[in-house]
Amino acid sequence: MANIMIRQNAAGGLVFYLPKRDLEAAIESIEFDTAEKWGGVLMLENGGSYFVDPIAKPARLPISLRARRLGAAED
Amino acid sequence: MAALTREETANLIAEVLEVYPEKAKKDRAKHLMINDKELESSKKCITSNRKSLPGVMTMRGCAYAGSKGVVWGPIKDIISISHGPIGCGQYARAGRRNYYVGTTGVDAFCEMNFTSDFQEKDIVFGGDKKLAKLIDEIEMLFPLNKGISVQSECPIGLIGDDIEAVSKKAAAQINKPVVPVRCEGFRGVSQSLGHHIANDSVRDWIISNRDGQAFETTPYDVAILGDYNIGGDAWASRILLEEMGLRVVAQWSGDGTLAEMENTPKVKLNLLHCYRSMNYISRHMEEKYGIPWLEYNFFGPTKIKESLRKIASFFDDNIKAGAERVIEKYTPMMDAVIAKYRPRLEGKKVMLYVGGLRPRHVVGAYEDLGMEVVGTGYEFAHNDDYDRTIKDMGDATLIYDDVTGYEFEEFVKAMKPDLIGSGIKEKYVFHKMGIPFRQLHSWDYSGPYHGCDGFAIFAKDMDLTLNNPCWNLMKAPWQKDASEAEKKAA
Repeated sequence: MANIMIRQNAAGGLVFYLPKRDLEAAIESIEFDTAEKWGGVLMLENGGSYFVDPIAKPARLPISLRARRLGAAED
Repeated sequence: MAALTREETANLIAEVLEVYPEKAKKDRAKHLMINDKELESSKKCITSNRKSLPGVMTMRGCAYAGSKGVVWGPIKDIISISHGPIGCGQYARAGRRNYYVGTTGVDAFCEMNFTSDFQEKDIVFGGDKKLAKLIDEIEMLFPLNKGISVQSECPIGLIGDDIEAVSKKAAAQINKPVVPVRCEGFRGVSQSLGHHIANDSVRDWIISNRDGQAFETTPYDVAILGDYNIGGDAWASRILLEEMGLRVVAQWSGDGTLAEMENTPKVKLNLLHCYRSMNYISRHMEEKYGIPWLEYNFFGPTKIKESLRKIASFFDDNIKAGAERVIEKYTPMMDAVIAKYRPRLEGKKVMLYVGGLRPRHVVGAYEDLGMEVVGTGYEFAHNDDYDRTIKDMGDATLIYDDVTGYEFEEFVKAMKPDLIGSGIKEKYVFHKMGIPFRQLHSWDYSGPYHGCDGFAIFAKDMDLTLNNPCWNLMKAPWQKDASEAEKKAA
């Protein structure tokens, strides 16, 4: 499990940030994106994927969450 | 002479890597790339923030350097104790020329060295008591300090001293923040982790100190983050922002104070100059206080204009008009600078190898002077820095990460730049090779280089260095005639 932060970039897309590794990548897709259920599998533009437990859609971004790594994009 | 083509650069890299053993060659190859502007992400072409190879000469520093030397050191009214043996503190003492207003030893302390001066007995029996005593002494001798930070050197982590407990107790006693910073030099691969640790300690111990307290705000409050006031840089930036109608609440951390830092969560926008060393705290403030942050670049007129407009776009028409007014005011001055120096510098080639932001930020300033940056690289960048660099650099230029002493020399021999911008460790090597050189960490004891006033100094310094007559005197007079025929650049 790793602490991650999800924020919104200027263009309105979601950006994934992993402070421990200074990994910053745009989120290509998010599994659940409704008001009451938000999260699930995050596919990153660099090929990696992470899982965050679905929560109610946060009122404000950025938000820090715990995430599990599914597919490695490292190196 | 035009820059090298893509194939030539690739050949050069292959040639330079030839001397390494197989394993080292494979590793180093990952840290060198040829720029391709089309790329969106640097991920596939360059590896960064990895441990340097044993046996090569690296220019990197340590986590302590990143925390004490870069982030904490310039805060003028906080006393940063170098906790451990004496050398680290002495060599990190005001080496970056972070200017400040204040009376050293009375209400400002950047240029002084506070250290617990570890001896053998402190390693054997632990240094906690010494630290407590040191804090007492500081409080007695320098009562105008606003806070104390304890910057750990390597032994503290190795012997497992509990600086947190000592700090907590001392803070309660003296009723000021005492911040333990776990920035032991062995942490991480370079100074970059030190920045991160320093940011985290600011987040944990300082940033929320004044939450809930009244603060008279205006809609135009901003903070300058990641400007260390080297040679007065932050002041040259600040006047531009103030002239366009913004109120600069805090400077992080050059000429900054504890009170400014504690008030930063009340601002409307964080302006981030050095992304590498302060993005962590900006991200935290964005999440906790909802303050947006913006990277800007105050090197060279093109980038200054771009940045001023970008900053203004976060505010109302007043500020937007202010930005245009500032641009209009300074354009004639900058045009005059360019008119004077561009003819003397046009077409010259530059190679850079610096730290966190300058390898990409100064490219615009050189281009304004008609110069071309043919190679650039960072000591301790991460991939997000390279993502940003790709856009700023020309196609097919060379980009090197954590370049070794040998590689840098070989690249320079092959690419023959007219000017190199790097640090003190490289300076004299290249001077002896007969190549004009400017230190871009400390501005070679000049500066400021930020902002409009800084650009004039930047241009003048580059001209003085490049067109200095001494470069024609590299050969002794009696060697001259014979050597004219085999005119080899040494």
